[in-house]
Amino acid sequence: MSSPMRLAVGGFAIVAFLLVPILNLMMPPGHPLHLSAFWVTLAGKIMCYAIVALALDLVWGYAGILSLGHGLFFALGGYGMGMYLMRQIGREGQYQSELPDFMVFLDWKELPWQWWGSEHFLWALLLIVLVPGILAFVFGYFAFRSRVKGVYFSIITQALTFAAMLLFFRNATGFGGNNGFTDFKRILGFSVTAPETRMALFAITAFFLLSTFLFSRWLVSSKFGRVLAAIRDAEPRAMFCGYNTVHYKVAIFTLSAVLCGIAGALYVPQVGIINPSEMSPANSIEIAIWVAVGGRGTLAGAILGAGLVNGAKSFFTVAFPEYWLFALGAIFIAVTLFLPRGVLGVLQRR
Amino acid sequence: MTKAALAAFFISTSALALDRAAVQKLASDDNDEKIAAIAALVASGDPQAAEVLRQAAEGEVELDGKKVEIVVNNRVRGRIAEALSVLKLLSSEKSERLAAAKALAGGADSAMLPLILKAKEKETDAEIKALLEITAAGMQLKSEDKAVRLAAIRMLGSSNHKSLLLEAAADPDEDIRLEAQKSLGAVEARLVWGEWLGLAFAGASLGSILLLAALGLAITYGLMGVINMAHGELIMIGAYTTYVVQGWFRNTSYFDFYLLAAIPAAFLVAALVGMALERSVIRWLYGRPLETLLATWGISLVLIQAVRTVFGAQNVQVENPSFMSGGIQVLSNVVLPWNRVFILAFAVAVLIGMWALLSKTRLGLYIRGVTQNRSMAACVGVPTARVDTWAFGLGSGIAGLAGCALSQIGNVGPDLGQGYIVDSFLVVVFGGVGQLAGTVYAALVLGFANKLLESWSGAVLAKIALLVFIIIFIQRRPQGLFALKGRAVEA
Repeated sequence: MSSPMRLAVGGFAIVAFLLVPILNLMMPPGHPLHLSAFWVTLAGKIMCYAIVALALDLVWGYAGILSLGHGLFFALGGYGMGMYLMRQIGREGQYQSELPDFMVFLDWKELPWQWWGSEHFLWALLLIVLVPGILAFVFGYFAFRSRVKGVYFSIITQALTFAAMLLFFRNATGFGGNNGFTDFKRILGFSVTAPETRMALFAITAFFLLSTFLFSRWLVSSKFGRVLAAIRDAEPRAMFCGYNTVHYKVAIFTLSAVLCGIAGALYVPQVGIINPSEMSPANSIEIAIWVAVGGRGTLAGAILGAGLVNGAKSFFTVAFPEYWLFALGAIFIAVTLFLPRGVLGVLQRR
Repeated sequence: MTKAALAAFFISTSALALDRAAVQKLASDDNDEKIAAIAALVASGDPQAAEVLRQAAEGEVELDGKKVEIVVNNRVRGRIAEALSVLKLLSSEKSERLAAAKALAGGADSAMLPLILKAKEKETDAEIKALLEITAAGMQLKSEDKAVRLAAIRMLGSSNHKSLLLEAAADPDEDIRLEAQKSLGAVEARLVWGEWLGLAFAGASLGSILLLAALGLAITYGLMGVINMAHGELIMIGAYTTYVVQGWFRNTSYFDFYLLAAIPAAFLVAALVGMALERSVIRWLYGRPLETLLATWGISLVLIQAVRTVFGAQNVQVENPSFMSGGIQVLSNVVLPWNRVFILAFAVAVLIGMWALLSKTRLGLYIRGVTQNRSMAACVGVPTARVDTWAFGLGSGIAGLAGCALSQIGNVGPDLGQGYIVDSFLVVVFGGVGQLAGTVYAALVLGFANKLLESWSGAVLAKIALLVFIIIFIQRRPQGLFALKGRAVEA
């Protein structure tokens, strides 16, 4: 590990695990150094996005597969966690029923089969990993086996997330229709709005981001990562050298989907809502631009890009809401035309 | 005015000429008696009965020169309304008779039956007569006399009223039940053709819309290989151009002809925007499809926001020219809306125009040459860069035409294009890239399949099923329906 990288990782750890908790929990509100819950949540949210960006960078930057359906895996992880959080509400909902409010509203008498086991946290964790993972494995296996690649792959992943969005918009699907899940009260018995819970979620997210980053660094410099790069740069040659490229692609695609699912699961309790609009094709394509802005094919770039674009988004949507789309569109165009290697590429060239 | 005054005068002096007993009964306390009185008044067929009933509905009638208050509840009021309709059946105005017949189509009190039958006998207009026949049969269905009921059921067998027959088919009397089932079978056999025809038309109509949305893409993506995610926004620009042109014609007497100006305008505006995009952005990204995808997505965001800033975030209203509203009645239960028929024809026209342009003109020759072998085309002197711009302009212009057509059937808003982008890419990919014929077949197949599925699973599930089908299909045949044969490792 190079020394600037060591510095960055260490600095991040100190800020996330020491500075932020101290400024948020120890400093009394009103104190000039106090960090409000808003900023903690925003930072937690952006870190979730950074994990998603890392996940996409693994498949796009290192294996050359541009998925435009990663928002789906993110949302599935979110829904897995959301189901558990809905069950944790218990009888404190509007209708004071054991069932989640939207089911009472739809006049359902019992939980549908999809909700089996949703009261157990461990089952939720299992769903968060397995549902995106299995979906990505099956989808990826068939797609890569029939050598669907490039833009074709991008378009069908987009169609996949679009189909899923339509499915989740239906009330009959059993996940709250277009309102999704919200009004969460507790996680593992702790109130989700309590500052300590928020801080714990923040720290877990930071820890997970850090470990994903370190794991990805190890992965891309391993032999597996080198084969991925070979597939990206010249897939036929990699095949002719005797590598079964399908296995490599399926593996990295599945891993990436699982990472997205975990990011989604961390995102939902912090933001307090999950609905099908997370699956909209526009959301998934935005993930690609985070990676492109930072510099695809560099892990730090993905994190940087997620931070920059989402930071800009938070700023713009408050300061000049009507200009955000102009800015985002301009970022898309400028990055592809002038910064093919992203911000990090420019920095490294200097 | 004078007529009304005259009528009022007439009634005040000669209400007595009416069945006095009946008018008196109207003022009774018993609702059943009131209803009997209404029936008696109607049966008399007296022209003044209508005026008395109208007064009764308002709560007062004149009797012997003094006002008598009448308490009217909803039931009585309903009967009075029916009675007035029945009386109107005898009117000499055809439009009034038709309106009355339609008002009575839901059935009426059995006491009105004799008069309805009388009106039916006297009726000369075929449409009104048919309406009355069904109404009468529907009422006779509830009659006490079994023979009358059976006759009514046979009568309904030649109409399209399933609901009445369904009721009769569950009758406790076996004869009635059998007869009703027989009639029901006849009705259903007749309706089934209409249902299939309606479904086929809906499929063709959706197919034509998909085709219009995808044709432009078949050029820019299919032939040129440019992933243009802003294609949907070019459609939207075409729709907004139509809206603006419509605004210019709004207060002139030529409003019905605004489409004649809007069609070329939509083509030109969208083509110009497309050419500007090609020159400024897309040109630099040839051969890098994923980057093109992201950049054109950025363009689409900018275009959406630009339209939102100029025209507002709300949908704008584009009115159909008068000749496009309404529809043609093909069968008793099939109406083909004119705007859908026009769009179908328009899609065919655009398709033929595009085919002619690509295969009969020099520009078409250049476009085909450049897409087949760019360097060879350049060697023989084709200005490839300019051809790229023209071809992209053509594809964008056709998107604009699609927008013009869509403005006639749906909402026009900044998000219009977003709804079509996934669909149109799927049509092109499904049909096979580089294939105009493939695009046409794919659009029609998807249109029909969507409507067919919709008819038994609902719109959303049909859409999901279709998306999943295409995803699976592409995995089986990545080259699409009509593949160009080749032996390259990389397609």
